[in-house]
Amino acid sequence: MAVPKYKTSKARTRQRRSINMKLSAPTLVECGNCGNRVLLHRVCPKCGFYRGKQILKPEELA
Amino acid sequence: MRHRVATKKLGMMTAHRKAVLRNMMISLFKHERIRTTKQKAKVLRSIAEKAITRAKVDNLHNRRIIAKKIHDKPVLDKLFKVIAPRFAERNGGYTRILKLRQRITDAADMVFIELVDRKEKAAKSKKKTVEKETEKKAPAKEAAAKKPAVKSEAKKTPAKKSAGAKDVRTASLKNEKTEEKTEEKAAKKPKEKTVEKTVVKDTPKTKAKKAAAEEKKA
Ligand SMILES: [Zn+2]
Repeated sequence: MAVPKYKTSKARTRQRRSINMKLSAPTLVECGNCGNRVLLHRVCPKCGFYRGKQILKPEELA
Repeated sequence: MRHRVATKKLGMMTAHRKAVLRNMMISLFKHERIRTTKQKAKVLRSIAEKAITRAKVDNLHNRRIIAKKIHDKPVLDKLFKVIAPRFAERNGGYTRILKLRQRITDAADMVFIELVDRKEKAAKSKKKTVEKETEKKAPAKEAAAKKPAVKSEAKKTPAKKSAGAKDVRTASLKNEKTEEKTEEKAAKKPKEKTVEKTVVKDTPKTKAKKAAAEEKKA
């Protein structure tokens, strides 16, 4: 029966995992109204603006 | 050919899912904007737009078909008499989904789903700010402006009101800043006026008007 000849080293294990464990930063753009950094295609959570329109009223902002 | 078009189950049994979507459709037509999760909104969009398209022709048959889903007589009437005629010129795309921030409790993607031609009801807070501005401006001016400048005052106030209204439209967050500015302006201007007017008082009214016009330009 085929059996591994060598123990997998820590380096090899980590090399394999590093590809799948990679974290990526979210793409952020500046809000056109207040300059807050927001996710794309999202209503700004700070000022409630989206595409130049007030979507959320100030009192609705959580 | 309707192959491999799976129903989105939304983690519910059939009866549950139907009930949820039915209630959501009623709420959407009633309030014209509702806040739900992205997944529910996308399913709702499909059934709600089909209902609107059918409601464009108001007859007994169509009413019975849609009444199977909308168990609310006033909302059914609103759909046929108010909403569908509004979309007479539009072929599909009656709703809009606006993505909001994730829900805090379970990080679900939250959205607004709204009818495209939904009109914003004038918010109470906005109205109040406008009223406050006008109220603050008006009495200050009346106190400042004396008899000779009554006409010029009448000219100035409407222009300023419209400017204030524009500020409200453009940005409510900026609103606070602009409000402060306008208040400052309002506070400054009357004083200047009084100084000038006291000087100009002796001369005839026409000259006073010219001076006021120059002041506007400056
Ligand atoms: Zn913003």
